[in-house]
Amino acid sequence: MKLHEYQAKGVFADAGIPVPDSTLASTVDDAVEAAEGIGYPVAIKAQVQVGGRGKAGGIKLVDDAEEAREAADEILGMDLKGLHVDRVLVEAAVDFTNELYVGVTMDRGEGKPVAMVSTRGGVDIEEVAAEEPDAIVREHIDPAFGMHPYQARKAAFEAGVDRAVANDVASILTQLYELWDDKDATEIEVNPLMITADDEVVAADAVMNIDEDALFRHPDLAEMEEEAASDELEAKANEYGFDYVRLSGNTGIIGNGAGLVMTTLDLVDYYGGSPANFLDIGGGAKAERVTNALDMVFSDENVDSVVFNIFGGITRGDEVAMGINEALEQFDEIPKEVVVRLAGTNAEEGMEILNTDLVTVEETLEDAVQRAVEYAEEEEQ
Amino acid sequence: MSILVDNDTRVVVQGITGGEGKFHTGQMMEYGTNIVAGAVPGRGGQEVDGVPVYDTVHQAAREEDANASVVFVPPAFAADALFEALDSPVDLVVAITEGVPQQDMATVYRKLSETDTHLIGPNCPGLITPGEAKLGILPGNIFAEGNVGLVSRSGTLTYQVVDNLTQRGIGQTSAVGIGGDPIIGTDFVDALELFENDPDTEAVAMCGEIGGEDEEEAAAFIGEHMDTPVAGFIAGRTAPPGKRMGHAGAIVSGSGTGTAESKINALNDAGVPVGDTPNEVADHIEGFL
Repeated sequence: MKLHEYQAKGVFADAGIPVPDSTLASTVDDAVEAAEGIGYPVAIKAQVQVGGRGKAGGIKLVDDAEEAREAADEILGMDLKGLHVDRVLVEAAVDFTNELYVGVTMDRGEGKPVAMVSTRGGVDIEEVAAEEPDAIVREHIDPAFGMHPYQARKAAFEAGVDRAVANDVASILTQLYELWDDKDATEIEVNPLMITADDEVVAADAVMNIDEDALFRHPDLAEMEEEAASDELEAKANEYGFDYVRLSGNTGIIGNGAGLVMTTLDLVDYYGGSPANFLDIGGGAKAERVTNALDMVFSDENVDSVVFNIFGGITRGDEVAMGINEALEQFDEIPKEVVVRLAGTNAEEGMEILNTDLVTVEETLEDAVQRAVEYAEEEEQ
Repeated sequence: MSILVDNDTRVVVQGITGGEGKFHTGQMMEYGTNIVAGAVPGRGGQEVDGVPVYDTVHQAAREEDANASVVFVPPAFAADALFEALDSPVDLVVAITEGVPQQDMATVYRKLSETDTHLIGPNCPGLITPGEAKLGILPGNIFAEGNVGLVSRSGTLTYQVVDNLTQRGIGQTSAVGIGGDPIIGTDFVDALELFENDPDTEAVAMCGEIGGEDEEEAAAFIGEHMDTPVAGFIAGRTAPPGKRMGHAGAIVSGSGTGTAESKINALNDAGVPVGDTPNEVADHIEGFL
């Protein structure tokens, strides 16, 4: 779960990490009022979860009320890389002399957290990592001991951070690691960490990803989840308890098991179609879950056909078939063509049970996907 | 022959009194797995389907000579259950539990580095040696005895590929679901090495997916150390960056590492054919035999 910038900065501030003064606003008037309260210059920043907000026009620096009004008016309601902006963060601009990068993430291969420092802050750090990997100093942390203070100092000094601020940068890195540990984060990144002329150190941006599997022990963060959802349908999926990702195509996909659902998406693409979503219905497929899954996919207006692919292991094909019949019988008219493929445990029984007035039944994964792609093409014409 | 499990595997089930633990214990016994004990704190002295339950894994291992554990403990308590298993004398631990927090797994992984125990999972369907034993939740009926090894990060995708093989009359030595989490015990390289050293395994199918660099490392291992032919499949070619595709580990990072393309290229460079469909993987395997 990726937090919005304003949420992450709230978490930073609570942990004592210096962040600029800021206020969240959802109307132009509120944004101007906030800017007046903070004092110019201020930055007006779109609160949507896309990279490169600045370049896309989602961040504006303003010097007076008139500019603030103009910028807020422009950013609020704008469409930023496909996401609607309905809130802005109005934030004191920091007069910096230097920009650094600091972060903590999980090194999957090593199974260990790794702390990072670079003096090449304020630019796309992924590019720096690709072009000059040595410009980012990495310090692995033994999860049995946590981060020793010397490790933070070592990273800061070896990265070449100015001696005047290196100790402060090291203590911010230590705080970030503690936050990472306390909040079950999978990634924390500050880019840029700004250094002012007075050698103050300020977190001017904040990226924080929380492990969804650990939300059960962080009720405060779980509350942020709904607000953090970047898409209406993705928010609905959270409610139904589905793993769902929205894509831009027109063939809806429902299946069981992450790997097999991903494979179904890939096959839609392979046979010339375009996947509309990833939806893993999980183990078991009682009528209610099937109904909810179909509701999710049908409510995506881009969807022109649906492929339902279940490989029954412990899940039984006959039960799934009954669930599908029951779910579809609730509709007076089924909004889109549904193609079903059942395999594995009791699949043959299931295929006999399926009501072929409501769905098209195919025997193989390949045939089912091709049929759904054909339906989607016909619907589009 | 087989890898990791066979007729001599003596299993303790951690969480045997829970809904899933109880159900799958029955399924495993029906398949022929030698379940010798259950371990649930506070439930020692009870029985589940005739299987004696002990309060601790150590007791179960000592009293019933168990050498493997299957873990069905809920996510919040799973790491503790894994530490208990790793501290006991069992040689193999299979963690079925989905949703173990990543930082908990980092500490388990640290402990694992100090032991010789094999950990499979978490968030996996387990493993099976057809005709002998299954440890986990895989549906036994789709497997057949034979000479193909299978290793996969995904459960139902494994079933799909196994089904394509079995339908053609191609059986399996063993099949291992290594799990879809970012931090797992046994990885592709470990499983491939076991198959390479198994005289009966004549070909291996590996099913990877987006996220991490395990498949790239596996490709390097295959190129340098394997004589047994391998065919691959990679799920997630159409996954957008930054989105978790069901499995906690199935995510292409913002910087573009962990893509299907990178994994397919690495495997192809190592001489491993990668199927565009699961059925094509079976075609390649059939060609090897």
